[in-house]
Amino acid sequence: MNGLAVLIPVALGLGMLGLLAFFWALKRGQFEDLDGAAARILIDDEDDKAA
Amino acid sequence: MNAPVRLADAAPLESTVLVVPGMHCAGCMGKVERAFAGLPGVHSARVNLTARQVRVEHEAAVREPDLMAALADAGFASQPRVEDLSAPPSAVKPLLAPLAVAAFACMNVMLLSVSIWSGAEGSTRDLFHWLSALIGVPAIAYAGRPFFTSAWGALKKRSTNMDVPISIGVTLATGLSLYETATSGHEAWFDGTLMLLLFLLAGRVLDAMMRDRARAGVDALLRQAAPGAMVVGKDGSAQWIAARDLVAGTVMRVAAGERLAADGTIANGQSRFDRSLLTGESAPVAMLVGDTVHAGTLNLDAPVDVTVTAAGSDTSLAEIARLMEAAGQVRSRYVRIADRASRLYAPAVHTLAALTLAGWLLASAGLHQSLVIAIAVLIITCPCALGLAVPVAQVVASGALMRAGIMVKDGAALERLASIDRALLDKTGTLTLGRPLPDPASLAALDPDEAAVALALATHSRHPLSRALAEALGNHRAADLQDVSEEAGRGVSATWHGQSVALRRPDSASGIATALAIGSRPVRLITFADRLRPDAKQALAELKALGIEATILSGDNPAAVAEVARQTGLTAQAAASPVDKQGAIARLQAAGHKVLMAGDGLNDGPALSAADASIAPGSASDVGRQAADLVFLGDSLLALPRGVRAARRTMAVVKQNFVLAIGYNALAVPLAMAGLVTPLIAAIAMSTSSLIVIANSLRLYGAAR
Repeated sequence: MNGLAVLIPVALGLGMLGLLAFFWALKRGQFEDLDGAAARILIDDEDDKAA
Repeated sequence: MNAPVRLADAAPLESTVLVVPGMHCAGCMGKVERAFAGLPGVHSARVNLTARQVRVEHEAAVREPDLMAALADAGFASQPRVEDLSAPPSAVKPLLAPLAVAAFACMNVMLLSVSIWSGAEGSTRDLFHWLSALIGVPAIAYAGRPFFTSAWGALKKRSTNMDVPISIGVTLATGLSLYETATSGHEAWFDGTLMLLLFLLAGRVLDAMMRDRARAGVDALLRQAAPGAMVVGKDGSAQWIAARDLVAGTVMRVAAGERLAADGTIANGQSRFDRSLLTGESAPVAMLVGDTVHAGTLNLDAPVDVTVTAAGSDTSLAEIARLMEAAGQVRSRYVRIADRASRLYAPAVHTLAALTLAGWLLASAGLHQSLVIAIAVLIITCPCALGLAVPVAQVVASGALMRAGIMVKDGAALERLASIDRALLDKTGTLTLGRPLPDPASLAALDPDEAAVALALATHSRHPLSRALAEALGNHRAADLQDVSEEAGRGVSATWHGQSVALRRPDSASGIATALAIGSRPVRLITFADRLRPDAKQALAELKALGIEATILSGDNPAAVAEVARQTGLTAQAAASPVDKQGAIARLQAAGHKVLMAGDGLNDGPALSAADASIAPGSASDVGRQAADLVFLGDSLLALPRGVRAARRTMAVVKQNFVLAIGYNALAVPLAMAGLVTPLIAAIAMSTSSLIVIANSLRLYGAAR
């Protein structure tokens, strides 16, 4: 029973943390451009190299 | 606190959003963002690929044309964003937060439930139930809101939809679970309720995602059309003005190859106009000073000044808009298959639950036990798989269609498209390409030198005929020319190996043609004609094989229509006005047919909205693309049979899904009515049936072939 008193709040807290992180990301517009986010990883970021 | 570092002399930044329709991959994104890097005064540029837009943060001194020029140098056409065309708020976004809450709560409650199922007893079970309630009740209240509001809206209108049984089931299950928790009962149903909400929300998100994505694609196309005009002031200065800000009396300068943004009379210059989008008429019409020209027509030859007589809502388009408004009725009356199913489903489920309650009461079980069993019936019949049956299939199918270059506006369009048995095809721009192409015979008559010169000359002009010629001669090498000059309305001339060469208006020709003159050689006449789309005949044959009878319905003159009718072997109705087209559809519908309208022009708008389903090519007018359910990119007419086949396969899978979902109910309901269902069984049954439905829908991945 003592174990539960620690583990349950920990489990819920971690889950809650994930949920809050998701809400934060949602509010910051991270889900506005899913296609772009998927493609962005392929962009070379050297500015001096002409494409 | 963490304000971005600002330079001391930094002027306040402005941000401009440009629409870049041609951007579709990571390489394009990089090029677009880098295009602004060297521009003084520009601080940052960020692409949104979904919306095909780039947002540029810049100092006030940087003007929009500078930004567009920078993009043009990088090879991308762009338009400033038109506010009233900007995408309406996303349908997915409001559903994401409920989905996340439902997923979070479902996982945590399931964690506690597993402990209970594994045999937690007494006070531990009570504690776990209370914890589940603590997480579950607020989560259900929040995540269930999309369903509750929709159900309430339906009830207020005295109708019902899928959300009504869902809301009733969820509310009753939550109430019962709370009661069980408070009275130290054995079984609480928070887990099942949350899982139900999670699956249903996932279905809704998929449905919304499909609509958002298709709309983003269509919107990007819409913005391609220039909704404005270059206005000439009294002092001769020119300025770009948006179509909605044009007023009667202003003079706009319309370059060759540009579309008119408003109705007007020609004040200066003369040219020929392509009115095919407006009337379906394929032959260009010559207009002189004083003649009336209409918004939407394409100026072919030379720049003209047009005095605006009517703009915005006063134009000749207004009539068409009024017709279209009245025409959308068939579609607004259409009831989606999920709602039709729920009309049968909801009463059946509630009757079953009521019968169960009455049965157990008659069998002299206690009120509490009878209620528990009746509610278990409601929970087990809650249309979990049924809620996924339609959207998952439609999302997978529309994804497949989108990869094949066909954009579907929404799921209902696929349902309506599946049922059609007649097709009416517009001629100009739909069966044909809607743009003049050089006659292959006259191209074949050119020797390599002549072709090289023609290509080089054509690439120096923006005239529609030149562009078509340059495209057709693309596999030749362009000749080296000196002193190239273009005279509007006359043609392009240059020097080649000391001879003067020209691509110009022919002195005399019937139909559309251009003359190629090289030094003292005989003048070559290259004739142009609008041609059938590639694969048009195959597409029509495939439509026929699908049991769809096709007819031409055109606004063009009978002679031109007869020619295409002869080539395609279809019957045709020519010289049809927008009202006639609508009438033709109404007659077929009255005879019990389901009609597909394929058209591109403004004059097709009312017919496109009146038909049971409609499809427009990507090259269509704004009105055509907006009114159509499906928009196909590229030239091939095979998009039509492909769309119909995919829609029919989708409906077949949807029906299979219904059978699977209802079959699961047929197995589970007797168990529930017998009082044998526990929360564990409900959870397993629900997730299995949902997974089966999803797996079945994934078979549509290749549906667009």
